Amino acid sequence: MRNRFIESLIEMAQEDERVILIVGDLGFSVVEPFQEKFPDRFINAGICEQNMTSLAAGMAKEGFKVFVYSIGNFPTFRAAEQVRNDICYHNLDVTIVAVGGGLAYGNLGYSHHSIQDYGLMRLFPEMTIISPGDPNEVYSCMNFIKKDNSPKYLRLRKAGEKNYSKDNVEIIPGIWNPIIIGNPKKTFLSTGYGMQLAFDQIFVNPLYKDYSLYSCPIWGPKYDELQYNQYEKFDELVTIEDHLKAGGFGSWLIENVKVKANLKLGYVSNSVIGKVGDEKWLLKNLVVE
Amino acid sequence: MTNKEFSKKIRLETLKMVYQSGSSHISSAFSYIDILAVLYNQILNININNPEDPIRDRFILSKGHACSSLYACLAIKGFFPIDKLSSYGQNNEILMNHVSHKVPGVEFSTGSLGHGLPFGVGIAKALKLKYIKPPKTFVLIGDGELAEGSNFEALLFGAHHKLDNLILILDYNNLQSLTTVEKTLNLKPLDEKFKAFGWNSFEIDGHDHSILNKTLTNIPLNHKPSVIIARTIKGKGVSFMENKVKWHYKSPTKEEYIKALNEINYEK
Repeated sequence: MRNRFIESLIEMAQEDERVILIVGDLGFSVVEPFQEKFPDRFINAGICEQNMTSLAAGMAKEGFKVFVYSIGNFPTFRAAEQVRNDICYHNLDVTIVAVGGGLAYGNLGYSHHSIQDYGLMRLFPEMTIISPGDPNEVYSCMNFIKKDNSPKYLRLRKAGEKNYSKDNVEIIPGIWNPIIIGNPKKTFLSTGYGMQLAFDQIFVNPLYKDYSLYSCPIWGPKYDELQYNQYEKFDELVTIEDHLKAGGFGSWLIENVKVKANLKLGYVSNSVIGKVGDEKWLLKNLVVE
Repeated sequence: MTNKEFSKKIRLETLKMVYQSGSSHISSAFSYIDILAVLYNQILNININNPEDPIRDRFILSKGHACSSLYACLAIKGFFPIDKLSSYGQNNEILMNHVSHKVPGVEFSTGSLGHGLPFGVGIAKALKLKYIKPPKTFVLIGDGELAEGSNFEALLFGAHHKLDNLILILDYNNLQSLTTVEKTLNLKPLDEKFKAFGWNSFEIDGHDHSILNKTLTNIPLNHKPSVIIARTIKGKGVSFMENKVKWHYKSPTKEEYIKALNEINYEK
C-alpha cells in the first residue's frame, strides 16, 4: 500500500505543483523517490507532530495541497488538537497519511497499535476518512484525493497486501465498492485492512462462503446520510475492520442505520460548529431523532 | 492618524466592547494595543479593499483570548464597520471572544495556546516557496503561552528553514492566569534562549511607538527568523487594571467603566 501511495503521489505532484509532502522523520525506503523528484516540495519536519500539523495547516492556507506522512497514532492522537482546530476548523486541504494502520506494527507494541484512530478522526465533521483495503483501492482513492480540497485522513497498512478490488475504479465517497458479488441478501462490509481479513479469516469458514463482500474505503461524517439505503437491501450485514468497536467503522454504520426502531438518540448536532453564543442559545442545536 | 491617536481609539473601543458584553481578558487585550497600533499604522503591508491580497503581510494573534483589541483595530482600519463591534460576544455573531477567522482581516482562529507560531511557520515557509521577496508573517504570542511545547518545536523549525520573513512578537507582560511568569514557570533568560535557538532577538519597550516602529522596520534579512521581546504592562492604559491578575477575568462595572474611560480619554 505504501508504495502504491507514493507512486500515485508522485504522479499527482507531476500534474499539480501545489502538492507538498511533509514527513515526521519517517518513511525510510518509501518517500525517497518523491524527495528526489521534488526536493523543494519535500519537508522532513522532524519528530514534532504538533508543529508538523500546524505547519501543514499554514501551508494549506497559502494554497498548497499538503500531505503529512507519519505512523498511526503520531499525526492523529499526538496532534489531535492541531487536527481539530487548525486543519478541520479552517477546512484546509491537508491529507494526514498514517501508515501502519490497525495492528500492522504488531510486535512494536501498544504505542504503535493504531486501533482508535477512526474513532478520533470521525469526530471531526469536516474530515473524510480514507481507508483502502488493497493497493488497487489506494490508487482509486488517490483519484478522489486529487480532486477533494477538504481535510482527509488516509490510513494505510504497510506492504505486501494482495489485490482483491478492481484497479482504477471510481470510488464515490460513502458508497460501498463491490469486491465479491455472492448472496444478494447477505454480505460483509469491510473498511481498510478488513478486506484482507475477510479473505484470510472469514471466507475460509464454510458458513460464509457464499456471502458477498463490499468495501467502504471512503467514509466518515460527511457521508452519514448515504448509509441507510445501502444497508436496507441486506437481511444480514457484518462489518469487518482492524479497529476497536468503540468509535470504529461498525459503530459509525450503527449510528447511521436504524437497528431498532425504538432506539433514538438526542445529541448536539454538527450545526453547532463554529457558532458562538451563550450555552443556552448554543444548546438549541440539540436534536432528537 | 498618529500611533498615539490610533492606540487611544483602539483602547476606547476595546473598553466599550468588554464592558458591554461583560466579558473577560481586558488586561490581555490592553497589553499589546501599542504593538497593534504601530503594526497596522506603519508596518503591515495590507490592503483593506482586498483583504486576501496574496502579497499582503500576515498577522496572526496566537493569544486568541485577547481578540477584542484586534477586532477594534481592524474595524478602525476599515475592514468592517465600527458599529459591528457592539456585537462582540453576542449570540450568533462572528465576533466571538476568541479570535475568529470569520472576521474580515483575521488570518487564523486561535483560543487554545501554542497554535499561532507553528501555523505561522507554515505560512512563512509557504510564502518563501512562492515568492522571491516573500511577504512577512508576524505572530504575536503571550509570555505564559511560551511554555507550550509546540512553540519550541516551531522555534527549531523556523531557524532550520531560515525563515527571515517570520517575526515573532512576545507580549512580555510577566503576568499569567494566577501569578507572575517567574512564579509559574520561569522563562529567563529569554533573550539568550531565543539566540541559542538561532533567532535574532530584540528586547524593547512594547509601549514605545517610536522604538516599536524602528525595530519592526529594521528586521534583518539575515536568513534567521526574528523575535521581539516586547516588555509590556498587562492592563496598560488604565491605572487600576495594570498588573492585576483579576483583570484577566473581571469585566468592569459601570463605575469602573466610566473611570477607565476618563483615564484613557485624558491620558497625557
